[in-house]
Amino acid sequence: MTVENARALRWRPCASIVLAAASAAVLCGGCSVLDGPVLSPSGPISLAQRDLLFKAVAIMMIVIVPVFVMAAIFARRYRGTNRKARYTPNFDFYWPLEVVVWGVPAAIIVWLSLHLWHYTYQLDPYKEIDPGVKPLQVQAIAQDWKWLFVYPEQNIAVVNELAMPVNTPVSIAITSDTAMNSLVIPALGGQIYAMAGMQTRLNLLADKTGTFWGRNVQYSGRGFADQQFQTLAQPKADFDAWVEKVKQSAKALDAAAYEALAKPSQKVPVTYFSGVEPGLFDKIIAKYSHGDSDRMPRHSNTGAMD
Amino acid sequence: MDIFGRLTIESLPFYSAIAASGAAVTVLGGLSVVAVITYFGAWRLVLFQWLSSVDHKKIGIMYIMLALVMLVRGFVDAAMMRSQQAIALNSDGYLPPGHFDQIFSSHGTIMIFFMAMPFLSGLINLIMPQQIGSRDVAFPFMNAVSLWLSMAGAALVLISLVIGKFSTAGWTAYPPYSGLEFTPGVGVDYWIWAVLISGFGSTMSGINFLVTIIKCRAPGMTMFRLPLFTWTVFITSVLIIFAFPALTVACAMLALDRTLGMHFFTNGMGGNMMNYINLFWLWGHPEVYILILPAFGVFSEVVAVFSQKRLFGYISLVLATMAIGLLSFTVWLHHFFTMGSSARVNSFFGTMTTIIAVPTGVKVFDWLLTMYRGRIIFKPPMLFTIGFLVTFVIGGLSGVLLALPPIDYLMHNTTFLIAHFHNMIIPGVLFGYLAGYMFWFPKAFGFKLNEKWGTRAFWCWIVGFYVAFMPLYVLGLLGMPRRMEHYEIAAWQPHLIVAAFGAFIILLGMICLGVQLWVSVRDRIEALDLTGDPWNGRSLEWATSSPAAPYNFAVLPKVECRDAWWDMKQRGVAYRRPEKYEDIVMPKNTFAGAVIGAAGFAFGFAMIWWIWWLALLSLAVIGAAIIVRASNDDDEFVMPASEVKAIEDARFPQLAKAPKNAMEDEPGFAGQPAPEAAA
Amino acid sequence: MSSAAAMTVSPREAKRYEEKDFGFWLYLMSDAVIFACLFATYLVMAGNAAGGPTPKDVFSLERAAAETALLLLSSTTFGIAAVSLWAGDRSKVLLWLAITLLLGAGFIALEFGEFSGMIAEGAGPDRSGFLSAFFTLVGTHGLHVSVGLVWILVMIGQVFAKGLTAPVASRLMRLGLFWHFLDIIWVVIFSVVYLPGLL
Repeated sequence: MTVENARALRWRPCASIVLAAASAAVLCGGCSVLDGPVLSPSGPISLAQRDLLFKAVAIMMIVIVPVFVMAAIFARRYRGTNRKARYTPNFDFYWPLEVVVWGVPAAIIVWLSLHLWHYTYQLDPYKEIDPGVKPLQVQAIAQDWKWLFVYPEQNIAVVNELAMPVNTPVSIAITSDTAMNSLVIPALGGQIYAMAGMQTRLNLLADKTGTFWGRNVQYSGRGFADQQFQTLAQPKADFDAWVEKVKQSAKALDAAAYEALAKPSQKVPVTYFSGVEPGLFDKIIAKYSHGDSDRMPRHSNTGAMD
Repeated sequence: MDIFGRLTIESLPFYSAIAASGAAVTVLGGLSVVAVITYFGAWRLVLFQWLSSVDHKKIGIMYIMLALVMLVRGFVDAAMMRSQQAIALNSDGYLPPGHFDQIFSSHGTIMIFFMAMPFLSGLINLIMPQQIGSRDVAFPFMNAVSLWLSMAGAALVLISLVIGKFSTAGWTAYPPYSGLEFTPGVGVDYWIWAVLISGFGSTMSGINFLVTIIKCRAPGMTMFRLPLFTWTVFITSVLIIFAFPALTVACAMLALDRTLGMHFFTNGMGGNMMNYINLFWLWGHPEVYILILPAFGVFSEVVAVFSQKRLFGYISLVLATMAIGLLSFTVWLHHFFTMGSSARVNSFFGTMTTIIAVPTGVKVFDWLLTMYRGRIIFKPPMLFTIGFLVTFVIGGLSGVLLALPPIDYLMHNTTFLIAHFHNMIIPGVLFGYLAGYMFWFPKAFGFKLNEKWGTRAFWCWIVGFYVAFMPLYVLGLLGMPRRMEHYEIAAWQPHLIVAAFGAFIILLGMICLGVQLWVSVRDRIEALDLTGDPWNGRSLEWATSSPAAPYNFAVLPKVECRDAWWDMKQRGVAYRRPEKYEDIVMPKNTFAGAVIGAAGFAFGFAMIWWIWWLALLSLAVIGAAIIVRASNDDDEFVMPASEVKAIEDARFPQLAKAPKNAMEDEPGFAGQPAPEAAA
Repeated sequence: MSSAAAMTVSPREAKRYEEKDFGFWLYLMSDAVIFACLFATYLVMAGNAAGGPTPKDVFSLERAAAETALLLLSSTTFGIAAVSLWAGDRSKVLLWLAITLLLGAGFIALEFGEFSGMIAEGAGPDRSGFLSAFFTLVGTHGLHVSVGLVWILVMIGQVFAKGLTAPVASRLMRLGLFWHFLDIIWVVIFSVVYLPGLL
């Protein structure tokens, strides 16, 4: 019978192609990814998230690298044609190896889960960033296919633009007046789902000025791709000026204006509203919850239960 | 027109050239199958040898044929998405949102439910009974029903290209978007009924496999002598039995919402969308392991056979499999860390998820240690295994990252997640199944697959995988969400172009697979497997002839240790002729399975289009078929000993034609007693 | 498998019945998970009346008690049928199966009345999340009982036509498992749905 000899020798050219392809892919990503929002964060939350990312990758190299090395060495050294290599066909158990094989991954996971608990509590999106500072309150409402941000203290509302003073905690209460959405601003942190009849919360802080994009990342229909906004992290004075600018708007967000806005629409330009129907956010939630008491995600206004 | 429910002439896809051509390809594909069968005059063969068959090997082959067809369909979807995203910077590309959304939904649905699941069931059917020294699965007829229900589900997905539209809600169909309020058409209903109907089939398969492994093992085949593939099937079956009901319930409730206006998952009226997401992932996470554990089993078999060495750490591997199975039910919440659960809840599920990395890591090291001090022969299945080992740990790394809730907050719903699970599913699941396909093909058809083209397919697949998915990791770090029909961030485009190129390399891999099959069938005479043991195998499936006789084993083998077949060869008792043959009781072929499948298809179609009379009629047909079948006490026949002897006698001259071990010409061959040919 | 004197069973057949029984147990486990999911859903949604009727408004203890009595009684009568099967008494098996069938049908009739009454009062499954969960949970059980009734009918036919052969006895055993399983599910429904809803 014919046997195609897929010999070990073929390994080298082919393996180098793989390596080249992989490194080309990584490299061409490498330069731009460093400037990307995740790896060059603009707030303490996303910075801490990045730190955890780096730590976890580093610790896991303890198992990943040996796998690469062993796979390469064993495949080469113990190729069938290499009659010089030792061959032990019945070698199938050696308890010190078993201890290492179970023990090392287990130790890494213990280390990792300690960090996991620490960071998960520290970076709980519900947690107030600085208990000593009163955060800026924002209410985010997901609509088809845009974001409406209400500033209750300033009595203004904005479509598809989120402004915030730099170095000031922002507490965003989130709900949806449509399908499930998810709010993220990659440079600052996130994300949390927006669900009708329920309120979720996201606490953020920008420690650099700049314009950062944010968007819905939970697929919600044909306008999904354009459901994005810009976040303006500004010095306090600029933010106040921005608030004044919004207050100059001739439009007010009364019940009728809200109804019109809530209809599905795509690529909606930034729109300012100088006044907001009182209790609008709660009314949108109540529309779906019918006074039932079981709205599950934590809806307290102040941070985590724990 | 009430008689056709909501089905009208407008449901045909003449509204867009792309949709119409997709429909045309589907219809032509169906017609060409009919034409080929007619051309070869094979209707009698197809009907009476295959459609009505209850033989686990034929059922397995039919499952794998379905899986390969659906792999092509799912790949076409993937290629369309990649090409759309490569060009859709500040433009709509060539696919409008409504169409793009159907494509990502059908891609996921097809690859999980109608490629991976049938491939899995096919390999299990083909091999597991032979590995444990059994003549068939415990319930051959139910096995046929499972197959035909899977076919019915797949047919519903395919027909959605021709009549109506498919879902736009993704393969997970999250409500409330998948509810009537936001997606009123038939798309989500196609998804629901395809998944529900094939899900029933999968549940029955799970029960069937578990009973087979527990009750039908050959004498001496204790649990801790089971080949590792069978062990993984055992755990997978347990997972199927306990996880699929959650999917059934979630889909059924979504169907009730959509069909009867109930309020399980609607926005208002007391609906609770979070309940769907919990139920879905209560199935969905174990499903990942349902798919991958048998692939791990394949790798375990392949790595031992081609390292010509005993599997290292058998007990560890079994325990790790059990641990993964158990843990898989405790991690579902990691699919929605971002739903607003407390830090305590998220930490718990995050920790449980990272713990799964331990048994998985153990497996990787045990496979590597199997290669250690072996004599490795690089046949295509082994190439897939090594490719898997190296690539899979990258996916494991990204998986652990995603298991850390603070990182998941950033990476959830981005292409990083997409890259992660494709990194599990392609090198893990698909490479495993392809390795199994090339490893066990001779057992199914009696000749080997062409190794040159298999090797080419491997290199295209693995290079293509890296080129297609590493950019998606990068894109995730750049914040790109999944399911984007177009985008405005220019920095994303170069990566998407690279990814599209990777998809093209994978296309070459698909073509290589096709050429491999073609060339192998053409040159089959030169690659005949005369011994039934083409790779110098270790477990009992290599003891049967290739292809195996209908009864697999004329005399049930007596198992004395692990690697039972290897042991028999060592002791020189392999291929030994029994003193006498006995009558063998076999299940009779029946069309009831295919009838139930056809009625299941009609039922699903009727429920999708609200054709109530047809739904009732097809339910009645199913009920009648079950009752008639269940009242039939005459479902077996006896194959007389003389016939068994005739079949077996034909095998021994064949063995004599292959006087030496099939692997002996291999330069890396490490030695093994040749089969004693018939005297 | 069965000790009825009339049945002689080869070891191979005995093994086949054992496999079937075991497979049926696994099916019941799987089905139990379906009910577990439905119970969990009901518990999550029991408070979601959406301004519509609450459990107190729609449940009737008398009716639930009557349904419970019928179903528990039917389990007992099925037990007697099984004992008669053991004794090899074909006519008694037929009689007690028929009585079981009637009791089960009575249960379904009561449940049908309950459901149609609720729907007529505007408390149908499309009224609120609570009612969707209620109708689906109890309805799924009812659907199982209905299938069980068809099965009993088929088995009456088989006992009548074939007598107490080994395959028939084996099927009756599994029908028994199914029937008692539904009984247990009903007891849970009664204690999780009706009792807390009324107390």
